[in-house]
Amino acid sequence: MIPPRGDGTAPSSALETLPLQAPPRPAPRDPAALRGRTPALRLAGVRKAFRRHLSLGRIPVLRGVSFEVVPGTIHGLLGPNGAGKTTTLRIILGLVRPDSGTAEICGRLASDPDSRAGVGFLPESPWFYDDLTAREFLEFSAHLAGIPGPSRAGEARRLLERVDMATRADTPLRRCSKGMVQRVGMAQALLGDPELILDEPMSGLDPVGRREFRDLILEQRAAGRTVFFSSHILQDAEMICDRVTILDRGAVAAQGELAELLGGNIRFWEVGLRGVDPTGLIARVAVLRTSGAEVIARVDSEDDLDRLLAAVVDRGGAIRSVAPCRETLEDLFLREIGAPRGGGAR
Amino acid sequence: MNPATTRAASGDRAAGAVRRPARPGIVAAIARNTFREAVRDRVLYLLLFFALGLILLSRVLSMITVGDETKILKDFGLSAIGLFGVLTAVLMGVGLVFREIERRTVQVLLARPIRRADFLLGKFAGLALVLAVNTGLMTLGLYALLALHGAADPGLLRGIGLLYIEQLVMTAAALLFSSFSTPILSSLLTLGLYAVGHLSWSLLLLEEKLPPGAGRAVSHAFYWLLPNLDRLDIKAEVVHQVALAPSLVALAAVYGAGWVLVLLAGACAVFARREFV
Repeated sequence: MIPPRGDGTAPSSALETLPLQAPPRPAPRDPAALRGRTPALRLAGVRKAFRRHLSLGRIPVLRGVSFEVVPGTIHGLLGPNGAGKTTTLRIILGLVRPDSGTAEICGRLASDPDSRAGVGFLPESPWFYDDLTAREFLEFSAHLAGIPGPSRAGEARRLLERVDMATRADTPLRRCSKGMVQRVGMAQALLGDPELILDEPMSGLDPVGRREFRDLILEQRAAGRTVFFSSHILQDAEMICDRVTILDRGAVAAQGELAELLGGNIRFWEVGLRGVDPTGLIARVAVLRTSGAEVIARVDSEDDLDRLLAAVVDRGGAIRSVAPCRETLEDLFLREIGAPRGGGAR
Repeated sequence: MNPATTRAASGDRAAGAVRRPARPGIVAAIARNTFREAVRDRVLYLLLFFALGLILLSRVLSMITVGDETKILKDFGLSAIGLFGVLTAVLMGVGLVFREIERRTVQVLLARPIRRADFLLGKFAGLALVLAVNTGLMTLGLYALLALHGAADPGLLRGIGLLYIEQLVMTAAALLFSSFSTPILSSLLTLGLYAVGHLSWSLLLLEEKLPPGAGRAVSHAFYWLLPNLDRLDIKAEVVHQVALAPSLVALAAVYGAGWVLVLLAGACAVFARREFV
């Protein structure tokens, strides 16, 4: 039996699984061992409404949001545009006051500035001081992060190297592209090795940059740090999150460990075959597509799979791949927010 | 990216590499950053250029005007320092906080363990440093001209010192207004306060002309509630070398500093309640 990918995601196509080599992924910390510790972040019954223009009524943005972030895990805050993700982050950071409910960072109320002593934040589409160079901005941020004077320059250099901006360290930020500014933003968030709060960290990045940021987030978790990020790019979240909270119209639609939410159940199997037509070999098989001499077939149960594979071998055919297809985060997301498949969210 | 440069474990944090920054250090860091931003702003150089130009023009005016050339030079020079200092304080002061909010850089800063009051104080201190350098350069220009006339009078420094304090009052007012309104409205309010501050003596005249009653009480109250910026204006006295008791100058300085504190406290109170959406 061919195992699913190491990162727990279901392949979109059986042909993709041919190499059968998943990228290495650091093992998540055992959530059970981490339970019982003070949550890295905790929201309890948070409500927030904003005033309309001319103070004509209020628009509710958050309607009693509650969740906890387990220390040392990667926790994704997902939701469609307007779900309240950014407002939630701003409440956690003390930039916005909740109308009711509480937000805590490591057991301290978010309204206390000291609660943010070990937190690094990357805003969505960051814009920093145009006239400063990346190095100057990082040294300034290092000062604010409480890094002692003699270490600031070294820390700035180390992190600029880490985000591939060492060669642009002395370029004024106004001359940097959006992706470069995003990298500088990530570097400033990493100052002091803090727990991370990231607002749409992958937005504005090219595929290489997204991959690098994903790796960087995984490294943070491997080093024992918590990463809490908002995103509506589900593929990224599915690849790296241990736990997710899905917000929809200001309320929590689903939350928990990603593996539990998606379930271990295999919805169907995709089998890549060569040299044989699977139609008629067994009763319940469907041909999904053909690619040259290769046929991709679908069976819905493990028994059917065993029968199909045996029949293919009997007829002298070749089995090129077998891929189990589980529910994806996108399936879960669309189900929870009640959107039709193929619409809306990425 | 280079993963080798990432620290191996969170144990580094436990070793005490990072601590909660000290508040004076935070204020100083924000002040230094504000200063650095300001000195890279072309508006500052434009204002300084015009101020120095005006001081040089005073030399020409003193030659073509009937009267004591030196006094005209001093009067014109001090007026230029006062006017351009206040313009710099207002134009740069109203943008200090608004720009941070508009560009959302304030969110990155306040996501650190920083008190909002420290952020504002840092901004104020940074601009105060810019104004000090600005006023210092204009003063050097004026003294260079006066030295050519052999009339470099150190007594002018008392007047310039009070003009600088007036600039600080205007900076604090600009910070207060910009913490809840747009730059244009903040500019108008700050310049309005400057005008009212220099005309507050007229409230006393009004009080004398009003019959006893509510109107007179209101006029009297406004006289004491609004800053009297004329107290910080001793240009005429220093130009004409009128003897001024040191205590009078010191009291004026304390009066100005008191207004700076009141306006900054107001700005901090408003800013503390502000939400960054």
